[in-house]
Amino acid sequence: MNLFLDALNFLFDPANLAGSNGILSRLVDHLWYTGLSMAVAVVIGIPLGLLVGHTGRGRNAVVAVSSAARALPTLGLIFLIILYTGLGVGPLIVVLVILAVPPLLAGAYSGLEAVNRQTIDAARAIGMTEWQILLKVEMPLAMPLIFGGIRSATLQVIATATIAGYVGLTGLGRFLIEGLALRDYKLALAGAILVIALALCVDAILALAQRLVVPHGVARGLTRHTDESAAPTPRQHGRVSPAPSNP
Amino acid sequence: MIEFHSVTKRFPDGTLAVEDFSLVLPSRKTTVFVGSSGCGKTTLLRMINRMIDPTSGSIAIDGVDIASGSAVALRRSIGYVMQNSGLLPHRRVIDNVATVPLLKGVKKADAHAQAMELLDTVGLDRVLAYRYPSQLSGGQQQRVGVARGLAVNPNILLMDEPFGAVDPIVRDDLQQELLRLQHDLDKTVVFVTHDIDEAFLLGDQVVILEKGAQIAQVGTPKEILANPASDFVASFIGADRGKRRLAVDSSVARSGDDVVLVDGAGYVAGVIEAPGGVLPGAGAGVNTDSLARSVSNKTDQAGDA
Repeated sequence: MNLFLDALNFLFDPANLAGSNGILSRLVDHLWYTGLSMAVAVVIGIPLGLLVGHTGRGRNAVVAVSSAARALPTLGLIFLIILYTGLGVGPLIVVLVILAVPPLLAGAYSGLEAVNRQTIDAARAIGMTEWQILLKVEMPLAMPLIFGGIRSATLQVIATATIAGYVGLTGLGRFLIEGLALRDYKLALAGAILVIALALCVDAILALAQRLVVPHGVARGLTRHTDESAAPTPRQHGRVSPAPSNP
Repeated sequence: MIEFHSVTKRFPDGTLAVEDFSLVLPSRKTTVFVGSSGCGKTTLLRMINRMIDPTSGSIAIDGVDIASGSAVALRRSIGYVMQNSGLLPHRRVIDNVATVPLLKGVKKADAHAQAMELLDTVGLDRVLAYRYPSQLSGGQQQRVGVARGLAVNPNILLMDEPFGAVDPIVRDDLQQELLRLQHDLDKTVVFVTHDIDEAFLLGDQVVILEKGAQIAQVGTPKEILANPASDFVASFIGADRGKRRLAVDSSVARSGDDVVLVDGAGYVAGVIEAPGGVLPGAGAGVNTDSLARSVSNKTDQAGDA
């Protein structure tokens, strides 16, 4: 308990806040690594997931690759990359992107797969182009799952970005690693608390954002009624002979 | 006018859904494709707006081959109403109805105003405009589906078993509504159903289909009822079971001026007006009692034989 109080004392001591090794500066670095990795991962993962979900092609390959990527040990991978490239932000971002892409992919393609086929068929039949179906029907309806993927990826990246401290970078992980190295456990604990607090705050912000992004009719869970009352459809027609796309 | 010229559709899995189908669907009339499941009637319908492309043969609307333009433009010019409405669950009713006009670049205010009028047209309260589809009953959803189909003021309205998933009372309502709409709007309607009574009620031209979309008979309901072209048609419309042959039932005591009619199997089919015990159209002096006797004798004999 003493250790915990010591850690809190450290956190609330204004002397530890500012400066190049202060909490604020390391928090900003941590957010920078997270933001950059997530930006790259979103650009790669979401479009790929949407492509797989919309066309239904390449699903097995994506599942295999993303489960393999999930199994990669992040710490081992970052040292492996550093052996080739030398120290720097680059290797860190690469491993964080590899970590973040699988949940983003999974969210995007499973979100699209969950959209009622009849709804998509109807959208096509009334004259939406394939792009319009994707942007105006599939994505809004898949938004809860797409956003779920973003939230889970962000949390993993925030937690894992602590390894930046191991490879000569800063970030909140620095407190942890310095604390362990110096046997200053209050410092290590303070670092751990900071990472947890950051993760919780960011998740809360994303939860709020999700409420804004997810369409009203979907967020209220009102889609279920129509989906379940739907009788089995001659699904093959839409599947077998997809309309020529005309974006 | 929609023309099918020896249209064949074979799906990649080898199923021959439509084989060498040729037919002319007259303008401003309702043509009903009716047949059992898997007879290819929905495939025929979906080929008209190019949701399915024929393997061979061609389809023309007012003399223009539909394959010549873009599929999206074609679909936007044709109203489409499907079973279970196919509404977009994340959009309010009014946005659903206005979907296609907005895609075509109509201003939002105009599209919404027009959508409101369409809700009136299909008999929906304007209050429902700001609800989500799942907050509506099945019958209301179908009405919204019809309103959406009419939103681009199409000449052609395709209806794929639109009333198949609603209860009989609502279905009855919707059918009457469609008849009224068709009377006012004069569209070329293509309607798919497996319900022969619905087909006879709504169709100007009824097309009875066998497997592979082979035409068993084309004609007005009257022509088909009077002269079923084959045993298949007779069986399909229920003529072979005596369902269509009605007789006055003498066993039920008459009250008022109505007499009860029974079908060939003895099930009650309805009542018919017979003021003073005389059937309309029956010559003077033909009394329902004697008529009933002779008819029931006939059914008795049929039963014995």
